Amino acid sequence: MKTIQELEEIRKKTLDTINIRKDRSGTRIVVGMATCGIAAGARPVLLTIMDEIKKHDLSDVVVAQTGCIGMCRLEPIVEVYKPGEEKVTYVKVNPSKAIRIVNEHIMKGKVVEGYTIGAESK
Amino acid sequence: MEMYRSHVMICRGTGCTSSNSEQIAKNFEEEIKKHGLEKEVVVERTGCFGLCALGPVVIIYPEASFYSMVKPEDVEEIVKEHLVKGRIVKRLLYAESVEENRLKALEEVDFFKKQVRVALRNCGIINPENIDEYIAFDGYKALEKVLTKMTPAEVIDTVKRSGLRGRGGAGFPTGMKWEFASKSVNDQKYVLCNADEGDPGAFMDRSVLEGDPHSILEAMTIAGYAIGASQGYIYCRAEYPIAVKRLGIAIGQARLYGLLGDNIMGTGFKFDIELRLGAGAFVCGEETALIASVEGQRGMPRPRPPFPANKGLFAKPTILNNVETYANIPVIFNKGPEWFASMGTEKSKGTKVFALGGKISNTGLVEIPMGTSLREVIYEIGGGCPNGKKFKAVQTGGPSGGCIPEEHLDSPIDYESLAALGSIIGSGGMIVMDEDNCMVDIARFFMDFIVDESCGKCTPCREGTKRMLEILERITEGKGEEGDLDKLESLAKNIKNAALCGLGQTAPNPVLSTIRYFRDEYEAHIKDKKCPAGVCKELLNYFIIADKCKGCGICAKNCPQQCISGQPKTPYTIDSSKCIKCGVCMQKCPFKAIIRK
Ligand SMILES: Cc1cc2nc3c(=O)[nH]c(=O)nc-3n(C[C@H](O)[C@H](O)[C@H](O)COP(=O)(O)O)c2cc1C
Ligand code: SF4
Ligand code: SF4
Ligand code: SF4
Ligand code: FES
Repeated sequence: MKTIQELEEIRKKTLDTINIRKDRSGTRIVVGMATCGIAAGARPVLLTIMDEIKKHDLSDVVVAQTGCIGMCRLEPIVEVYKPGEEKVTYVKVNPSKAIRIVNEHIMKGKVVEGYTIGAESK
Repeated sequence: MEMYRSHVMICRGTGCTSSNSEQIAKNFEEEIKKHGLEKEVVVERTGCFGLCALGPVVIIYPEASFYSMVKPEDVEEIVKEHLVKGRIVKRLLYAESVEENRLKALEEVDFFKKQVRVALRNCGIINPENIDEYIAFDGYKALEKVLTKMTPAEVIDTVKRSGLRGRGGAGFPTGMKWEFASKSVNDQKYVLCNADEGDPGAFMDRSVLEGDPHSILEAMTIAGYAIGASQGYIYCRAEYPIAVKRLGIAIGQARLYGLLGDNIMGTGFKFDIELRLGAGAFVCGEETALIASVEGQRGMPRPRPPFPANKGLFAKPTILNNVETYANIPVIFNKGPEWFASMGTEKSKGTKVFALGGKISNTGLVEIPMGTSLREVIYEIGGGCPNGKKFKAVQTGGPSGGCIPEEHLDSPIDYESLAALGSIIGSGGMIVMDEDNCMVDIARFFMDFIVDESCGKCTPCREGTKRMLEILERITEGKGEEGDLDKLESLAKNIKNAALCGLGQTAPNPVLSTIRYFRDEYEAHIKDKKCPAGVCKELLNYFIIADKCKGCGICAKNCPQQCISGQPKTPYTIDSSKCIKCGVCMQKCPFKAIIRK
C-alpha cells in the first residue's frame, strides 16, 4: 500500500517528467538542430543540457529542438525563453558553456552575457 | 524516473487502433532506437484525442505538433526530421493546425477552441496503463481529500452544490441520487457504473474508459464512501475490448497501490471494484435491467418503485451512474463545486461530451460547456456539412431522441432546451443530416433499431413499436395512406404512456420529432409518392434527359430488365413500369443523361 506521502512523491516526480504535455508556461530551452547545428556539435550540447536538468531535478523546464535558425556560422545555437522575459540567444555553445547556461541562467536567472549573440557580434 | 525532452503520444483509442496505430508506435520505437534517441524521447500510447476521423493521430511534445493520418511508412521521416533535427514535418500535420507556416497551439485550432475538457481532461494526454501518470495530473487527490478531510454528508453536499446531473440520458441530479442511497440503512450497499453505451454511433464513454480509466475508479470509490458501500461493479459491454483491458489493468494497479482494497491510503476505508461484461443489448443499459444482468439474470427491466437507491443490486441499496458522470467527480472535488457550477446554464451545469457524426466535416468527440448553441457545435467546431451540402437537421439522443431542424440551431444545449424541442441530450450522440437525408427514412431506421432491441416484456413496446415500424415502412415504399400520420401519433402517445421502461417510453421520439418538423416530407411520401431527398428507392424513377442523350445505347445494353429502348443517335426512353430501379443505367451512361428523382 502507498501512503498519502508516497502518493504525493509519485505525483511530483511523475509530473516533472510529463508536465510538458500540458503546461506551456515554464522555461523553454531551444537547441538549433538542423544539419548545420548537428555538424557543429549541437547534439552533445542538447544531451548536456538534459543531463544538467536531470541532475538538478529542475521542473518546469522544457528542452525543445528547432531546425536551422539561419545563422549557421554561429551554431550550435541555444535559445532560452523564460516567461515574461526577452528571449536570450546563445551562440557557439559547447557542453561546458551549456553547463554554465543551465546553472546560471536557468537556475539563478543570471544571463551568461559572454556567450550571447550580442557578445559575439561585438 | 527518466526525464525525456520529447514525448511522442500515439493514440491507441479504438478508432486509431483500428487504423493501425500500434504498428506506428512500434515503428517509432524502432526508429528512435536506430537514431540513438531512446534516452531523450519516449513513446507513449494514449487514449482517444477526439479527432478520430483523422486518425491515426500522433502528437509530439513539447511542440504539441498534431500529426494526423499518419502511416507506418511516415514514421521514419518524422523521427529523422522532427526528433533528430527539430524540423516539424509540415506535410503530415493536421492541416487546421498550421497557419501561414506557423504551428498553432492546439487550443487555437477551431476544433478545440470552444471545447472545455473536464471529463476528457486526461484523454490523449496520459498513458492510461500507467497509474503514475494519472496520479501526476492530480489523480487520487480528490479521494485523498474526501477520505481524510470530509464526512460522507459533506461529500454528498459537494456533489449537490456542483449541480452535476447524470450524463447517461435522464439527467437526474447526481448528488440527490447519492443522498437517497446514503439514507437507506443497510449492512451492504453497492456502487455501479453504467458502461453499456448502447446508442448507435456513441463512443463518449468508451473514450473515457480507454483514455482515463482511473478517473472512474476514483469517482466510484468516492461514491462508495459517500453512501457507505464497500463494493462496486463496472458493467461494460464486451464489444469494448480495449476499454475492458485497460479497466482490468487500472483495477490491478489501484489495488497494488492500496487505492482499492481493505485499507485505502491507510485510512481504514474499504472498497473494491469488479468488472462485469455485458453482451451489448441496448436494454441492458436501463438501470433495472442492468442490475438484473449483473446479478446473472436475464437483462430485463422491472417496474419502479422500488428504486435501486432502496432496493437495487441483490436487493441492497444501490447507485448507478454513467461513465461520464463519474469522470466529472474527481475534478469537482479538486477544483470545487463552485468552479463546476460556474460552467453551463442555470439548470444544466458543467460540460457535456458529444460524439459528432453523420454529415459533418470534423467527426469526432467534443466536450463543450452546457449552454453552447447547437450552431456553434455544428459549424464552429464541426465545420458544417461537407461538400457544400445544405444542413437539414441534427439528431440528438439516439433512438430516444429527436431531430432538430435549422430554425432551432441557436438553442442552447441543455437538458431543458432540447427537451422542449422534442429531443433530449441523451448520452451525447449528435448526428448531422443534410439535404440528402430523408427524414422518414431516419425515423424508420431508429424504429427498426427499437424493434430489434425491445426486450418484449411489455405489450405497448413489443407490439406498438412493430406497428409503428410497419407504417413507416409502408410510407417509404410508397404505400402510405391518408391517416397514417394520425395513426403514428396515437400509437406513439400510447406507447409513451404505457411502456414499462425508458426504452419504450422514449422510442416514439424520433418519429414524433420528424413529424413535428418535417411533416411536408411525410406528406410528399404519402400523397405524391415522392421522396424529396431521393433516398426511398421505391419512390424514385429513372429518366433520360432527351437534351443530353446522345443515343449511344449503352444504357439499353446494360439494363437487366431491357426496359430502355430507342434508336441509335436519337434520345432513348425508359419504361418505368418494368424498371426495377437498379441504377445500372445511370452509372453506365457516359454523358450523365440519366437522372433519378
Ligand atoms: C433503454 C435504455 C438504455 C440505456 N442505456 C444507457 C447506457 O448505455 N449508458 C448509460 O449510462 N445509461 C443508460 N441508460 C440510462 C440508465 O438507465 C440510467 O439512467 C443511468 O445509467 C444513470 O446514470 P446517470 O444518472 O449518471 O446518468 C439507459 C436507459 C434506458 C431506458
Ligand atoms: S418498454 Fe420495451 S424494453 Fe422496456 S420493458 Fe417494455 S418491452 Fe422491454
Ligand atoms: S447511355 Fe446515356 S447517352 Fe447513351 S443512350 Fe443511354 S441515356 Fe442516351
Ligand atoms: S434502373 Fe435498372 S432496370 Fe431501371 S432502366 Fe435503369 S438499368 Fe433498367
Ligand atoms: S481513437 Fe484516436 S483520436 Fe479517437
